[in-house]
Parts: sequence; structure tokens; C-alpha cells
Amino acid sequence: MVARSKKTTWWVTYQMNKEKRVPIIPAKQKLMALVILAIVISLYYLASIVTNSSPARLINGIPHIFEFVFVDLIPPNWSYYSRVLPPLLETWNIALLATSLAVIFCLPISFLAAGNINKKAWFYQTVRFLLNVLRTIPDMILAVMFVAMVGIGALAGVYALFFFSLGILVKLVSETVEAIDPGPLEAIRATGGNIFQVVWFGALPQILPQYVSYSLYVLEINVRASLVLGFVGAGGIGLILRQQMSLFNYGNIAMIIFITFIMVTIIDTVSTSLRKRLV
Amino acid sequence: MSQLDINNMKNPKRAKYWWTFAAVTAFMAILYYIAFTETRLGAQRSIWESGPLLQRFFWDPFFMPEIHAKIPDYFGYMIETVAIAYAGTLMGAILAIPVGFLAAQNVGGHFSFIGKGVLNAVRAFPEILFAIIFVAAVGMGPFAGVLAISINSIGMLGKLYAEVIESIDMEIISTLKATGASKLQVLVYGVIPQVLPEFSSYALYRYEIDVRSSSVLGIVGAGGIGAPLILAANNRSFEEVGMMLFIIVLTVTVIDLISTNIRKRLV
Amino acid sequence: MIQFRNVSLTYPNGHKGLKNINLEIKDGEFVVIVGLSGAGKSTLIRSINQMVKPTDGELLIDGENTLKFSDRRLRSFRRNIGMIFQNYNLVKRSSVLRNVLAGRLGHTGTLRSIFSLFSQEDVKLALNSLDRVGIAEKAYIRADQLSGGQQQRVSIARALTQKPKLILADEPVASLDPPTSHAVMKDLKRINKEDNITMVVNLHAIDLSMQYADRIIGLRNGEVVFDGPASSVSEQTFEDIYGRPIKEDDLVGDVSNE
Repeated sequence: MVARSKKTTWWVTYQMNKEKRVPIIPAKQKLMALVILAIVISLYYLASIVTNSSPARLINGIPHIFEFVFVDLIPPNWSYYSRVLPPLLETWNIALLATSLAVIFCLPISFLAAGNINKKAWFYQTVRFLLNVLRTIPDMILAVMFVAMVGIGALAGVYALFFFSLGILVKLVSETVEAIDPGPLEAIRATGGNIFQVVWFGALPQILPQYVSYSLYVLEINVRASLVLGFVGAGGIGLILRQQMSLFNYGNIAMIIFITFIMVTIIDTVSTSLRKRLV
Repeated sequence: MSQLDINNMKNPKRAKYWWTFAAVTAFMAILYYIAFTETRLGAQRSIWESGPLLQRFFWDPFFMPEIHAKIPDYFGYMIETVAIAYAGTLMGAILAIPVGFLAAQNVGGHFSFIGKGVLNAVRAFPEILFAIIFVAAVGMGPFAGVLAISINSIGMLGKLYAEVIESIDMEIISTLKATGASKLQVLVYGVIPQVLPEFSSYALYRYEIDVRSSSVLGIVGAGGIGAPLILAANNRSFEEVGMMLFIIVLTVTVIDLISTNIRKRLV
Repeated sequence: MIQFRNVSLTYPNGHKGLKNINLEIKDGEFVVIVGLSGAGKSTLIRSINQMVKPTDGELLIDGENTLKFSDRRLRSFRRNIGMIFQNYNLVKRSSVLRNVLAGRLGHTGTLRSIFSLFSQEDVKLALNSLDRVGIAEKAYIRADQLSGGQQQRVSIARALTQKPKLILADEPVASLDPPTSHAVMKDLKRINKEDNITMVVNLHAIDLSMQYADRIIGLRNGEVVFDGPASSVSEQTFEDIYGRPIKEDDLVGDVSNE
């Protein structure tokens, strides 16, 4: 009885003070935060149903993954390396050639996609729009298309990565161009220079370090992208990876993954240290 | 004698410059020589004859009733793709928080190099290789895709989070400590308000990337629209490929627009 | 009552921040510490709540040697000391009220505070503190939307909300313009008088020190070179403390209409 009356008193005081309560966070903000949280969580709930990936399954999956890595993948089949190196070289070559082409072609397009050089609004907007569309196309889908156009082989991979990296590189370079100091450009325009002279003597020297740095960055991206081109017939290491997967040859797969990882790490390290010196 | 000899002026840096230039050129020449001799770059068909093919990709799909009939199916696959990216990014974004704190110099201290090392290793590993490993480990399907996406997101987000944490105002932390606040209170009142907007903004940015990645994961069997796409390509049914590509471009564009809009408001 | 007994502080790099300090500060005093930058003002003030820890001597507060405190004891001891900084040190993205409530963190259970479950008394105390420095209407505004003077008032309100016995202020007006500086100093003086809170304030401006202090302590190279009531201080005293003639930079200027 005593306990209950205590509770009632507490309740009554609470009710009495309720209207005078001062909020720490205004009700509107609190509601907003709750709504956002509810949306994030319910979207996650839906997504986990669609993808059949409940947190419980995630946790239960971890032992499977460990078992797979430590029982099936390890040890790799070390002697398989002689079969891995030639396609890996092809992978690197695809990345190198595609990047080189993109580096060459991106320059004129970047100036067309820079608002401070290309002053024709409609032309500028059209170029930007086309580039935005190009960037939304995943690299593998470009590979599928070019395999259809020029046939199976490394050439399709070069074309696919060329277009893929062109979109990225033009965006990065044109943003650099838009950020340059307009003074030198005006100075050259004032001496009567034409558009090519303005670009060559005014803009190019200013963007050169970033341009080289971004080219190396795109090379890193292309090396990663080129690894799987072979899955759709566009050359490189992906082809033997797919073969070995369909044969469930895990020792060989582990060897491919291992050598690939080393190559990617070496290229990344060299490229990153070069980029640090440049900018 | 102090006058400059204009006819015999020399740039003192010239020699070093030319040596560097020559070395880089020679190195590049070797790389290109290898590239052109070792890799067969022959075409089975000239790319200039692709006109009819391009029409099958980009024009015909919009006028074929049998393709129209498949659009709902494709959207179903696209929803799966978007869901893989969402579940993967959210998992990755949450798991990246402790890793990011560990990797931040001002929190992890001497241990931060461990966190940084793990993150670097994860990022050096291409996403699709993760997908391959997970497909083999847990079987084909979107679940493997979610795992691959989340692991790779941890790699990138953990690094970005660590940078955000390293840039916070440490004075506020010592101020709160001076009022007698506990470590957890310092975290909630001093650290989280400083990092939360950047954390969410980076997570959204990563989501944009992950939607693109998850649309090709199906190629290695990890779910999403990539699976029917590669099937259609193998059957040379390019009108279907074209329609799926259109749906991907449309979805990615819409998601990019929404996400960029939210990110602008966040920071 | 704060007693320094032969307190010295040597930084890990060998620099001597404080050399053999002996001081006694009574409850309710308004003490201003002056000296050139690098003289050890900041070190002295921060050693009181051990944001930097003296390496030698005894620092007694109400008779207890605080240098011997455990971490836990230190935390509960710090609850009763408010601190104000030159850069305000507010969480810029949080609301003013949340910043002020941070002053109650030491008094609130960790779990409760994580979910923002401050008691209504605490919330009202925080609003009351804001009211006392004249910015209660800004309670729900983000801290970064306020001017410098207003932000410094928020940090005073945060200190007040701790219900402290002592407030330490490390160059509280160094980032503010002259009229705002006077206004903030007046706030501090009023709080000192009304609540009988001891104030220890670092200043480099001579005229502000003379106008608001009860007592002035002069530091040079980590040593106390002057200690006396503000009424006994002249410009000559400052020249002795600084070891150089007074310059115009050493004054903020008088603002008669404030």
C-alpha cells in the first residue's frame, strides 16, 4: 500500500510538472531525428530481407568464411605461378594502354568541360551531361558492349577501360582547370593570344602537376578494374580466374588472388609515392 | 666582369631536368614496347562496323514490346542491387567506426598503425576478389555481395573516419574533462557532435560508389542485376543488355542526385 | 582556499613552467594573473585543476593536497571548478543549451547523460545560467551561429551550471573587441560578487586588470614577481613585471559608454 501511494505521488508530480517541462532538444528536432533513424533502420530491414542477409546470418557466416579461407584457400598452389604471370602481364598492359589513351584524349575534352575556358553555355552543358551519363556506366558493362563490338580479347578491355577512365579523368582535370588562377589567362588574351595559346601558355602549366597525379590515380583504378574484365571475355587474368572457379580449384584461385594482391600493392605503392612528390 | 654574358647563359637545373626526362621516357618506352609486343590487340571486327550493334543496344530496346514486358523483372533485379549496396554500406559504415577510432592517431595512439595497416591491406584488395571469395565461402546470391561491399566499405570509410577524428578540436575534449566528465561522456558530448555529420556524409558518398559496384557483382555470382545482364550478353541478346543498362544509368543518376542533395545539407 | 606550497612544474622537454610558487588565494577573491606570454600564466591556472600536473610541491585546496588525488577523486574535484578559455571551446554544432548542460556532466550518471536524460532541475539551472549572462533566448540555437562575445557568455554559463566554488579563466577576452571585453569582465565580476565564487583570471591587458581585479599577481619566467591588492598597482608595477616599458598593445582602451 505504501509503495503504491508513493508511486501515485510521483505520477501526480510528474503530471503536474509535465506542462512546465523544458525540453533539451526542441520537439521538432527530436521528431526529425527519430524519423530519420526510423527510415534508416526500416530501409535496412527491407534490404536485409531482399538480400537475405540478416545480421544473424552475417554472424553465422563468419565461421564459414574463416573455414573457407584457412582450409580451402590456404595453402595456395605455389607452382601455379607460371600460368598466372602471362595473363597478369596482359592485365597490366590493358590498364596501361587504356590509361595512356585516356590521358591523351582527356585533355581537349577537359577544357571543353571547364566553365572558365568553354564560355558557350549550351556546349558546356552538353559536354557535362554526356560525361555524367558516361560515368554512371559500370566498367564491366562497357566491357560487355565492347566484346560484342570488336570480339573477345584484350582490345575490348582496352576500349572499355579507356571510356571508363576517360569519364573519371575528365571530371578531375576539368575541376582543376576551373580552379586555376584566371590572371595568366587574361594576360595572354590581352596580348592577343587565341584559344590554343591561352590553353597552352596560360592554363596548361598551372594544371600540369595535378594532371600527372590524376593520371597515375586513374592508372591505379584501371589496374583494379582490369582484373575482372576476363570474366566477360575482355582479356587479362579474369579469364583463368573464371576457369579455375568453375573447376573449384581453390589452390589455384588462392595463388591468382595472392599474386594479384602483390601486383596491385606494388603498383599502388609506387604510384602513391610518385603522386605525393608531384603535388 | 659583373655583367651577364647574355650569349652564354645556362640554366643550372637543365642537366638534371634532361636526365630525369630521358629516364622517364626510356622507362615508358620499355613499358609500351612490352605492351605492344606481348599483348595481342587484334580485333575480330572493326569497331567502325558497330553501327547496327549500337542501334541494338541503345535504340531498339525502347521499341520492342517483348523487352517492355521484361522491365518489371529488371527493376526487381535493380532493387536487389540497390538493397545489396544499402545493407553493405550500412554494415561497413557502422563497423568502420571502431576501426576508424583505432586508426586515428589522437585516439589509438601507438596502436593507430595497426588500424591503418589493416585498412591499407583491405583497400589494396579489389572488391571483386572479395566477392569471389565470399561467393565460394557462403554460396552464390546477394548475401555474398553484401559481405563484399561491406568489407570494402570498411576499408575506405575507416580511413576517411580516422582522418575526420584526427581533425577534431582536442581543446573541447580537455574542456569537458576539466568539468569532471567521464570518458564516455566526453565521447558523447565532445566527439560525436563533431564527427557525426562528416561520418554520415562519407557513408552516403560511399553508397553512391557501392550502387555502381553492386550492379556488376552479379557477374561473379554475388547477386543483383549483373547476373541477368551477363546471361543476356552471353546469349547475344543485346536489346536486353541495352534496357538493363538504361535502368542502371537511370537508377544511379537518381540516387546520386538524392545523395548529393542530402550531403550538401549535412556539412 | 587555494594554497601553493613550493609548487614547481617541469615539462617533459625540460622547460620549467613554474618555479617554486608559494601563494594563497582566499575564497571569494577576484585574482588577476598578469605577465608576458610565456611567463607561465596559463600553466599556473591549469595546474589548479591539473590540466597540467605540477611535478613538485603541494597544492592544497581547502586543506587537501590535490596532487595526490586518484583519477576518480580528481574527476569529482574538477566538477566544482569552472573553466573559461580564450577560444570558448564550445561544441560548435551542438545547441547552446546542450553546451551549457555539459557543465552538469560531472554530476550526472554516464548512462543518463548519454540519452540526454538530464533532470529538470539541471535544465532549469542551465537556462537560469544563460539568463544571468543575458542570452537565455539563444538556448536552442547552434553555438556556431553566435558572435564571439555571445559564445564566451555561453562558456561562462557552462561554468556557472557546474555550481562551482572556483572559476578559472584563461585569457577570456583575448579574442574579443574592447566593448565586448569589458562586458564579459563585468559578467565575471558580477558573478564573483553575487555568488561569492573565487575567480582566477589570466589577462594581458593592463587596464582591464587594474579595473576589475581585487588582487594582482605578476609572473615572469615561471616565478611570482609581484603580489598585491589592485589598489596598490600603478603602471610602474607593470613595467617591473614585464621588464620593459608599457606599449599601446598592453591596453584594450576604456569604453566609457559601456
